[in-house]
Amino acid sequence: MNGHLLLEILVAAIGAGTPFVYAALGELVTEKSGVLNLGVEGMMLVGAICGFIGMAKTGSLLVAVLAGMGAGMAMALIFGVLTLTLMANQVASGLALTIFGVGLSAFLGLTYTSIALPGVPALPIPWLSDIPVLGPLLFSHDILIYGSILLYAAISGFLYRTRAGLILRGLGEAPESAHALGYNVIGIRYLAVLFGGAMAGLAGVYLSVAYTPMWVEGMTAGRGWVSLALVVFATWRPSRVMLGAYLFGGITILQFHIQGFGIDIPSQLLSMLPYLATIAVLVLISRNRQTIRLHSPASLGIPYHPQS
Amino acid sequence: MKRHVTHLFTALCALACLVMVAGTASAADRLKVGFVYVSPIGDAGWTFQHDLGRREMEKNLAGRVETRYVEKVPEGPEAERVIRDLAKSGYDLIFTTSFGYMNPTLKVAKMFPGKYFEHATGYKLAKNVGTYMCRFYEGRYLSGIIAGRMSRTNQLGYVAAFPIPEVIRGINAFTLGARSVNPEARVKVIWVNSWFDPGKEREAAETLISQGADVITHHTDSTAPVLTAEEKGVYAIAYHSDMSKYGPRAQLTAVMHLYGKFYTDTARAVLNHTWKPKAVWSGIREGSIRLAPISPVVPEEVVALVEKTTKSIADGSFHPFHGPIRDQAGKVVVADGKTMSDRELLQMNYYVDGVLGSIPR
Repeated sequence: MNGHLLLEILVAAIGAGTPFVYAALGELVTEKSGVLNLGVEGMMLVGAICGFIGMAKTGSLLVAVLAGMGAGMAMALIFGVLTLTLMANQVASGLALTIFGVGLSAFLGLTYTSIALPGVPALPIPWLSDIPVLGPLLFSHDILIYGSILLYAAISGFLYRTRAGLILRGLGEAPESAHALGYNVIGIRYLAVLFGGAMAGLAGVYLSVAYTPMWVEGMTAGRGWVSLALVVFATWRPSRVMLGAYLFGGITILQFHIQGFGIDIPSQLLSMLPYLATIAVLVLISRNRQTIRLHSPASLGIPYHPQS
Repeated sequence: MKRHVTHLFTALCALACLVMVAGTASAADRLKVGFVYVSPIGDAGWTFQHDLGRREMEKNLAGRVETRYVEKVPEGPEAERVIRDLAKSGYDLIFTTSFGYMNPTLKVAKMFPGKYFEHATGYKLAKNVGTYMCRFYEGRYLSGIIAGRMSRTNQLGYVAAFPIPEVIRGINAFTLGARSVNPEARVKVIWVNSWFDPGKEREAAETLISQGADVITHHTDSTAPVLTAEEKGVYAIAYHSDMSKYGPRAQLTAVMHLYGKFYTDTARAVLNHTWKPKAVWSGIREGSIRLAPISPVVPEEVVALVEKTTKSIADGSFHPFHGPIRDQAGKVVVADGKTMSDRELLQMNYYVDGVLGSIPR
């Protein structure tokens, strides 16, 4: 395998990993506040179709992104009302949200299956993209990929370097204490849930507008579920989420290359590889019990009501 | 006054009854035809082609048939319920258009001996169950000729779903077609282990392109491979439907399967009481397989060759699987002068010479 091909695999891995980056980082923020939203797949699909409609109607990427994020947030709001205000079970509500999203996106997209979009052009950064190896790897992508990397920086900074991030994490650990200290637990959790929805929507927009610029029912094909799993296996740490997302994307691409080279490994086994390798790597690097306890939000999935 | 009202009411009732009787009478003349689809109709792909066929039949037999379809019916117990519901609500001829409907179709057919069933791609017949499928490989061979001539790198990429004989037959026919005009041509196959996953199909196509393939074809259900070829500036051969609007520069042609004639003929046979259970395997000759308009970038002589080959497949003077054909190891699988039988075609489980890699087992 020559260097050129290796570089192409890495570049493709970033593209393939990006939907996971958006959706998993969004879900990470939601879960850090102590709320488990299993509706990522549904929010992603509704985001994908709304972003697609936005792009098809206006031709503006900004509109597409706003539409997708808005749609994801609207879906998340439903979840928020059910679980935060009405105290419904989070697991059941999240599953319901996914099923609802699958149907709703199919319905909204009824007349959009026949439209082809131009896609999103790559935006090489001047000077930087001319650096050998690093240039094509990091500085020759489309704007949504740059956005996902900025999002990572922003979320890591927010969670571990700001007071607001500390409050959010505290909320996920001990909502009673946060409440006793005078923080509006339900309000902050709403914001975290909405943020998760917006990011899942954006992941959908990336898929339907940039990655495979088209709309078809169920086009996320389980990527929402993979994102959810990534958050857990990355033990709620943004850097490991990134690692997991690119690893998953990279091994998906790599296994196709292995097939293309005619290396004699059954393709069924190869298609398991991204899952196996990602789980194995993340479990191995995060196997310290102490750090898992430290990073996993203690109140995850447990409804909290200030009066109770 | 009251009496008048009563009279009026009675008259209206009688009229309504009359209309209803007339209505049922005209409906009884019509053949009700049901369709069960495995995926949404969408704009391109497997189910879209079946629905095109349904619409064509409706047009051909206007006034004599009425149709209904049910989309997105999962294979398995749910399918049985849908098929039974159609049969119960008066549908006399039911087309079930996916392989996994085979046993549900047979089961329901047993319960409704007076109704007629046609199952696509299956292999089990019954007194009131026929089967039908298309000779996709004929179109694959033709598209292979174009791919073989248009490739500069002599590397053709194939995004494939599952290693079943149907898909392998297509890969082999495509390879034979390509190598009939370009003995240097090689076909690289990537299995995505999914009929439908646009993301994976894109990634597989991208991989093939980065490994040197400059013509991409696919045996999967989405338009993603064609879109990817368009984006990367290579050629594509679409499958199921004409996808030129997704790849106006990329698409050289598309292998399309058309069911309009078969559906019309079958419905007509039921109307004329001449229907018999048959295993229909139709291709270019019957108009079930056709190439989409060939892109203007393909040289005239290649188009002429494709047209000539199409004609000889149609009149039976040429068969894509006509010997000598060698497998990957160089062993002769079809001797010189021999043609593969339908039985052998249906069981194909090896790659011919020119395909790279091995079939996953």
